[in-house]
Amino acid sequence: MITFDDVVKVYPGGSTAVDHLSVELPTGKLTALVGPSGCGKTTSLRMINRMVTPTSGRVLIDGQDVAAQDEATLRRGIGYVIQSAGLFPHRTVLDNVATVPVLLGKTRREARTAALDLLDRVGLAPEFAKRYPAQLSGGQQQRVGVARALAADPPVMLMDEPFSAVDPVVRGQLHAEFLRLQQDLGKTIALVTHDIDEAIKLGDRVAVFRQGGVLAQFGAPQELLEKPADDFVAEFVGRDRGLRSLSFDSAAALPVRPIEEAPGLELDDAGRPVRWRDAGDLGGVFRVTDSLRVVTDLAISSPVGIAVRVDESGKADGVVLHHDLVDHLMERRR
Amino acid sequence: MIQYLENNYETVLTALQQHVWLALLPVLLGFVIALPIGYLGVRFTWLYHPLVNTCGVLYSIPSLALFVFLPVLLGTKVLSPINIVVALTIYTVALLARTVADGLRSVDPTITQAATAMGYRRVRRLLDVELPVALPVILAGLRVATVANISLVSVGALIGVGGLGQLFTRGFQLFYLEPILVGIILSVLLAGLADLVIVLIQRAVTPWARFQRGGAA
Repeated sequence: MITFDDVVKVYPGGSTAVDHLSVELPTGKLTALVGPSGCGKTTSLRMINRMVTPTSGRVLIDGQDVAAQDEATLRRGIGYVIQSAGLFPHRTVLDNVATVPVLLGKTRREARTAALDLLDRVGLAPEFAKRYPAQLSGGQQQRVGVARALAADPPVMLMDEPFSAVDPVVRGQLHAEFLRLQQDLGKTIALVTHDIDEAIKLGDRVAVFRQGGVLAQFGAPQELLEKPADDFVAEFVGRDRGLRSLSFDSAAALPVRPIEEAPGLELDDAGRPVRWRDAGDLGGVFRVTDSLRVVTDLAISSPVGIAVRVDESGKADGVVLHHDLVDHLMERRR
Repeated sequence: MIQYLENNYETVLTALQQHVWLALLPVLLGFVIALPIGYLGVRFTWLYHPLVNTCGVLYSIPSLALFVFLPVLLGTKVLSPINIVVALTIYTVALLARTVADGLRSVDPTITQAATAMGYRRVRRLLDVELPVALPVILAGLRVATVANISLVSVGALIGVGGLGQLFTRGFQLFYLEPILVGIILSVLLAGLADLVIVLIQRAVTPWARFQRGGAA
């Protein structure tokens, strides 16, 4: 757990970067720090590994005041990923990843063996090991950056805009891979981003900062979308927050009717849905594990206003009618 | 010219040998002295501009003046090669201190920050990260200093110690072209060879630099 205890940072010249911040980032979870530029999110992040010293207040990791620890030792125990990776251009990919273990006293050989495993974990083929960072694409460099931060297996990781230097397609891939990785590893992560969608997608918790370093709201992503604390958060979260909040609700609670109630649905021999007899394309199907947003999207875009559910084997096992969905959404608002 | 070389083989060889160490010893000394000075110019930002200005002034002192003036300052004999070595060391420091500072300043701050955040302490960060990353810039400066030194040594002949420069003075005194030609050719060859050696060293120690954007040699 990372604790900010009434932390203030005032820069020389009098500008307040962080204004009486008290918040707890839970262990094993990813907390996204998000806000417009100049809101103190990066400053807050850097106070965790003492790259920035608070003017007053304390930062604690698992109850230990970071100010009481040796700077270099503290930092070796905290993974750090920055925008455009910050890789060492003069070292191979493998030696970049091996950096912190070597600092901690591992032999170069041990560190390299472990580094090779890590490259695999972040989805880089072994042939990248001997290359230099300049020979890699932005997305590949970012993967190396993540591997390097993970190398010493630190319980805590700090990520400063880690995915913002890559194009949207690659970013989407990196997000998915990173979420999978985090599911396995369960690190305590603080991630800074200016992108609210990224914060909502990656964060178990989201801390929204406003200008002047004030924490505007702290909570689960769905909470932010459904109950924004004030106009600033509501506006920052964006227009379609209602629709987006449906991503966090399961489709399991929906009233599902038997497929006989959708007579126009054509099935193949195995019972898998194919098309609507008179209206054409199916547009997609959902499973019980999907979110309410997926079903809503299907029902709206379906030519007949019906979302089709399939089971594990892909057989149609139910339909959700447009008006049932609307009733359910009405119900949900109460 | 072949005839001249055959008859004066030993004179030319002695001159060449003297030229080599008179030029290269200052490069080595200057480099060692310039490293900490250049570092200080980066470590303490207020020092950078005074450093650059001082280097500029030092480099603009005419070499002949320095050769003549140094014995007075150092108490050495006028004909002592020490004067040449000290003078050229001063020029090398003037060139390289600035290059070292500029090289270190050219290191992308995100790299330095990443190093700090990963738990490097100051000295190790300098040796393991900053200096190696600055090396292409520093070695480029070293090439300039080396070639400049090789040409400057000749001026020393005017005060009696000057490696291949002695061939020039002899040629002028005797109205005799051959030694002058030999001196020029050997000087140029020596400069070219020294430059090539540094380039090869650079390739060997900074294999990564070829892939950088803009790709320094």
